[in-house]
Amino acid sequence: MAATIECGTDTNTLVSNMSVKKAVEATSALTLRILAECPVTKARACDLILPHSSVSTPVFMPVGTQGTLKGITVDQLEGLGCHICLGNTYHLGMRPGPDLIEKANGLHGFMNWKRNLLTDSGGFQMVSLVELSEVTEEGVKFRSPYDGKEILLSPEKSISIQNSLGSDIMMQLDDVVSSTVTGPRVEEAMHRSIRWLDRCISANKNPDKQNLFAIIQGGLNADLRKACLDEMTQRNVPGFAIGGLSGGEEKDDFWRMVTLSTDHLPREKPRYLMGVGYAVDLVVCVALGCDMFDCVFPTRTARFGSALVPWGSLQVKHKQYAKDFQPIDSDCQCPTCKRHSRAYLHALFKSDTAAMHHITIHNISYQLTLMNSVRQSIVEGRFPQFIQTFMKRMFPSRDQYPSWAVDALASVNVTLE
Amino acid sequence: MSGSRMKLELTRVVQGRSRLGVLKGLGKTGQHSLEVPGCLLYTHLGTVPHLTQDTLHTLSPLPCVTQVNLSNIAEHRDVLEEFKDGFRKFAGLHDTVLYCSLHDPAAPCPTGYTTNKTVSVWGSGGRIELTVAKFMALQKTVQADWYQSMADGETWQNTTSRKRVRKSVDRTLAHLDECLLVHQSSQELKGVEVFGVVEGGDILEERIRSARETAKRPVAGFCLDGLQTGSVDQALRIQLTSAVIKELPEYKPRLMQGVGRPDEVLDCVDAGVDLFEGFFPFQVTERGCALSFNFDISPDPERAGRAPPAVLDLNEEDPAGGTQENGDVNLEDQTQMTHFEINLKDTRYQDDFRPLVNGCGCYCCRNHKRAYLHHLLVTNELLAGVLLMIHNTAHYHSFFGALREALANDKLDLLTRRVLGGRSKQKE
Repeated sequence: MAATIECGTDTNTLVSNMSVKKAVEATSALTLRILAECPVTKARACDLILPHSSVSTPVFMPVGTQGTLKGITVDQLEGLGCHICLGNTYHLGMRPGPDLIEKANGLHGFMNWKRNLLTDSGGFQMVSLVELSEVTEEGVKFRSPYDGKEILLSPEKSISIQNSLGSDIMMQLDDVVSSTVTGPRVEEAMHRSIRWLDRCISANKNPDKQNLFAIIQGGLNADLRKACLDEMTQRNVPGFAIGGLSGGEEKDDFWRMVTLSTDHLPREKPRYLMGVGYAVDLVVCVALGCDMFDCVFPTRTARFGSALVPWGSLQVKHKQYAKDFQPIDSDCQCPTCKRHSRAYLHALFKSDTAAMHHITIHNISYQLTLMNSVRQSIVEGRFPQFIQTFMKRMFPSRDQYPSWAVDALASVNVTLE
Repeated sequence: MSGSRMKLELTRVVQGRSRLGVLKGLGKTGQHSLEVPGCLLYTHLGTVPHLTQDTLHTLSPLPCVTQVNLSNIAEHRDVLEEFKDGFRKFAGLHDTVLYCSLHDPAAPCPTGYTTNKTVSVWGSGGRIELTVAKFMALQKTVQADWYQSMADGETWQNTTSRKRVRKSVDRTLAHLDECLLVHQSSQELKGVEVFGVVEGGDILEERIRSARETAKRPVAGFCLDGLQTGSVDQALRIQLTSAVIKELPEYKPRLMQGVGRPDEVLDCVDAGVDLFEGFFPFQVTERGCALSFNFDISPDPERAGRAPPAVLDLNEEDPAGGTQENGDVNLEDQTQMTHFEINLKDTRYQDDFRPLVNGCGCYCCRNHKRAYLHHLLVTNELLAGVLLMIHNTAHYHSFFGALREALANDKLDLLTRRVLGGRSKQKE
């Protein structure tokens, strides 16, 4: 087992006298303890100690966009062993708005969630949801879908909202470009994201309570990624995210950008790969050295009746399950699988929304259990074997392994059997 | 009926009408009992709407009788036949008594599809026509502890002719006789109880005839059908119910179908009704509202603080926007809010950091504020239905607890005044 490393000790007292140098001297409100590092791959198991509780990594973070995780109560989420989930700054900033949430003692108080929260910057939704958005050096300009008013989301504004939300981890506003775009726009976005990072660091009112993560940009261009990494790692931020991926790019490009990023990120800080949540992607990207992941997929697909299982997924609404009296996954320990059969869930989908909640609970449980198993195997020094078993279960045969996953794993010394 | 274990023990009968007691010997082994006046747990296919087992079990005590209906179940007949072990196990239900009704009390049933030999139920895939043979085949696969006999209840439109009402009574009695014949010769239904259904529309003689004839049959209790909210006004319902109840044996329970509003429940209890279907909290939930009416008649000031003392300031937030007349309005529309609830979508709750009902011990009120519920409703989040259903079910079932306590202490009048929130009781 690797030696324990701690970082992010409290430099709070210094900061108050050093407002000028704040941009580079930002403090942090987290501690990363590396418990084990895989001797073969780049995987690591850590305890990430955040203001509200300790998080075991690698971790999957479910997405609770509007201050709620689709039909699941906070007690249920706690019961599933979730220690950190996401809220979306764009949505919450619109409704109910930062002032109201501040009155409710932040998003934690508003939704009564006692563990950790991570909020995004709001920039991604603006680019993906709002048609008319214009990006300038000032920020992202868009028209409110509620009242049509023009709104500017600047780095300062994003951090101000996130300060009101009171999340344990905040994300910098970045200039998001679709991962399929190439050319000078990508470079411009990368440089702008660095400038915006500095503005975000300066704007953070609560560096002692809220951790601001930088987001590595640079599209699919290795040189740009590298340049971005060089610049951003010079800032003393408590953690880094790998951004601009999971947007429909080729998987071959995707994993190369991930592994390039983890190669240059500091060992003692957490690495968050944004928007990744498919089981195979999670396992591969843990091997490439990532610690944190989020994705709406597991909860969104649940509401369409798709249950995640070690051999892929199971479409509960399909007719073939109408008389199938087994649980979704007989090895699964979630409340849904302990009590209900595929047949009952199939029937319930025709009568009540609770059917969606059952699958949502199962899918969150699947994701969290998967990451726990990954972590356990890293701690016990058998992660490479875990990968072999996982892939065999997920795919009917060796020739169905996705080639990108085979290549990515080979790059970290795991040759799939 | 041979092997009938269900037994109503009355501890108190007020003025020869309202009854307080315990319905004992429920369940396959007779180990369950239900206090009356009581309320069943309303479900969609065995699931309380929006709730999973985790969220359901935040309710305490959990109502001990769960109601399912054939509108939801009929389309899954072949599945249940293959499953063999009955609906309770199929649905993964907790240790509960299961009661199977014909229709979903919260989903109005289209008329015009009933024949001499059949009734129809509407499932997700459309209409399913049931003969007695099919109906009984379903009961054998559902294996409830107690079910409602097949009935023609298509008399609720006020244009229904006397002839049609008479026919409904005749058919329902014929269905009952046929059901009982199959029931008594069926091994699978040994120990299962049957409730006969009293019909008769709004015609007094037909109501009395239906009650008398049904009471002659070996049934464990009675369903009063065709008197649901929206079909008759409250005064007529009570007049007909009182007349019917005079014809029914004292020691068998009476279940009122389709009535759920607290004021109407109180009047029905006063007339001698024992059991109600718990669909009202669901209807309130679906319109984004929270039950908030006051039913605290505790004289003990210490207790008054703890028991759900209901709405903090009912006058200030008169929810329905003025006093809505009870009973004789909105015969058609059950989706409209009543003055027993507050509309959380209203912008006044946007920054209201109080629980739904001060002092309420439900999961929702212990953990969340009105402002959060308002946010969940305006953003169409699924958790709104979950939290509201928890609160509304808890509040409604607590109301039945208060109702029994009031009966025990001769305070039904006081409770009625409290529930009506200071408004004088409507005299129709």
